[in-house]
Amino acid sequence: MIISVASGKGGTGKTLVSTSLALSLKDSHKVTLLDCDVEEPNAHVFLKPTITSSEPVLIPVPKIDEEKCTRCGKCAEVCAYNAIAVLGEHVLTFPQLCHGCGACSYLCPEKAISEEPRETGVVEMGQADGLEFIHGKLTVGEAMAPPIIRRVKKQGNNEGTVIIDIPPGTSCPVVEAVKGSDFCILVTEPTPFGLNDLILAVETMRELNIPCGVVLNRAGVGDSKVEEYCLKENIPVLLTIPLDTEIARLYSKGIPLVEGMPEWKDNFRRLFDRIKGNSR
Amino acid sequence: MKEIVVLSGKGGTGKTSIVGSLAALARDKVLADCDVDAADLHLLLKPRLKQETEFWSGQVAHIDPDKCTQCGLCQDLCRFDAIKDFRVDPVSCEGCCFCSHICPAEAITMKENLSGHWFISDTKYGPLVHARLGIAQENSGKLVAQVRQQARKIAEERNIGYIISDGPPGIGCPVISSLSGTSLALLVTEPTLSGIHDLERVLSVCRHFGVPAVVCINKHDINEENSRRIEDYCLKQGVEVAARIPFDNAVTEAIVRGVPVVEYSDGRVSREIEKMWQNISERLARN
Repeated sequence: MIISVASGKGGTGKTLVSTSLALSLKDSHKVTLLDCDVEEPNAHVFLKPTITSSEPVLIPVPKIDEEKCTRCGKCAEVCAYNAIAVLGEHVLTFPQLCHGCGACSYLCPEKAISEEPRETGVVEMGQADGLEFIHGKLTVGEAMAPPIIRRVKKQGNNEGTVIIDIPPGTSCPVVEAVKGSDFCILVTEPTPFGLNDLILAVETMRELNIPCGVVLNRAGVGDSKVEEYCLKENIPVLLTIPLDTEIARLYSKGIPLVEGMPEWKDNFRRLFDRIKGNSR
Repeated sequence: MKEIVVLSGKGGTGKTSIVGSLAALARDKVLADCDVDAADLHLLLKPRLKQETEFWSGQVAHIDPDKCTQCGLCQDLCRFDAIKDFRVDPVSCEGCCFCSHICPAEAITMKENLSGHWFISDTKYGPLVHARLGIAQENSGKLVAQVRQQARKIAEERNIGYIISDGPPGIGCPVISSLSGTSLALLVTEPTLSGIHDLERVLSVCRHFGVPAVVCINKHDINEENSRRIEDYCLKQGVEVAARIPFDNAVTEAIVRGVPVVEYSDGRVSREIEKMWQNISERLARN
């Protein structure tokens, strides 16, 4: 079973929920945690995994053989990302714009284009306290998160229970990370910002046909509009976590909630049971 | 004209609350919401919409089942696993057009994609350029570029001195698009280990693109030890800590009321943000 933890708005508690859920289930299940927030991965801060292997993520980018090239311009014409330009006698490539689709090398009439790998990030694998742990890190200055996310997901073998920490937002990295999940937990907070972004996240999950439920974090401040929205839209509120200085203190020190306050384990196990009843 | 972008790496550190307050404090500015996939600034600034424009960007492959001979070449060659059973999964399609070039039956065409909308609005604080990326859409970086271009156009036409942008979380495509070529990045962080980790990465991105940065430690008193670590780190990096904002429920209360916190409360949070704006505007005036 694959459970994603997403939010729309950043900083609502995705990593708190994904790490505590994983740690609460590990004694009774085989659990793998995938941190797909490859721009700012944080699960490792809490789980402190021992990394046992690491692999670069490589995008195949074009390499032009100037001897064979006739400057016909076909490659520049077919490239949808403007990553190749033919200027007079020169063919320029812009590797940072290249998505690695392979069209230019396949379609070059002179077979003058080969592909060479370009590293845009890394995937690291290891164990943390009985959990399988995999995360990806986008290299600083690189723009494209989805290829790293694809590799993190490919590395996980989808056995047992897989918990995926999803990046914030609703655009392509979120879709890449969440697709294929059996259920998505949406973590939000009871403020107008939390509600606005929850609605966007719910629409995204509906578009992708993934069942979802809400974890309401920092309950006690703000207003009741998130709960009213969930009731109206028939979205289950699976767990409520109060605004609590001890919980915030543990979080700030990188201590998982269920480690600092083990009494929360039962709540996360109940959360898992409710998800099993709601997933597809 | 000076362009200030507010970033954080980690989400939820308080970017939008800060930008909302700077909107109320700065006299002469255009506001831009560059967090196009989860925009929240409008909830504080109460914009009156003046102009709405469709944003078409990228393409999606479409297979004509009447022409398709089911030869399977497109499925073999697509590197994004976007074609299964001779149908295109629009969510996985990256719009590279490779399949449309190689289909022997010429059964594949590319369709232009409506990926979002951008808006120009009036607020009581000045003009606001904002946007909404369509659900599950790509090209957020290009939509951010469009928002910034419109904001610059307004600033130039009306001779406005500042553009203040609310940036997205992360360090990838929309962040790079929000950051490149700006005058200053204001990095809002919080004294948590994840906040510090993410600050280091977003500061590296600023360095990579040659944009000067200052740091604002939000909720600095929730973990004094971590706040000192941030101060030490910034000192070593030669980055100024421009503000130390205390934790106060007034910030959340202001969000619930839908107003910038500096208009809701005159407590320590507001005074610290006022000091920070004075510091930043003096710094920009010097350069």
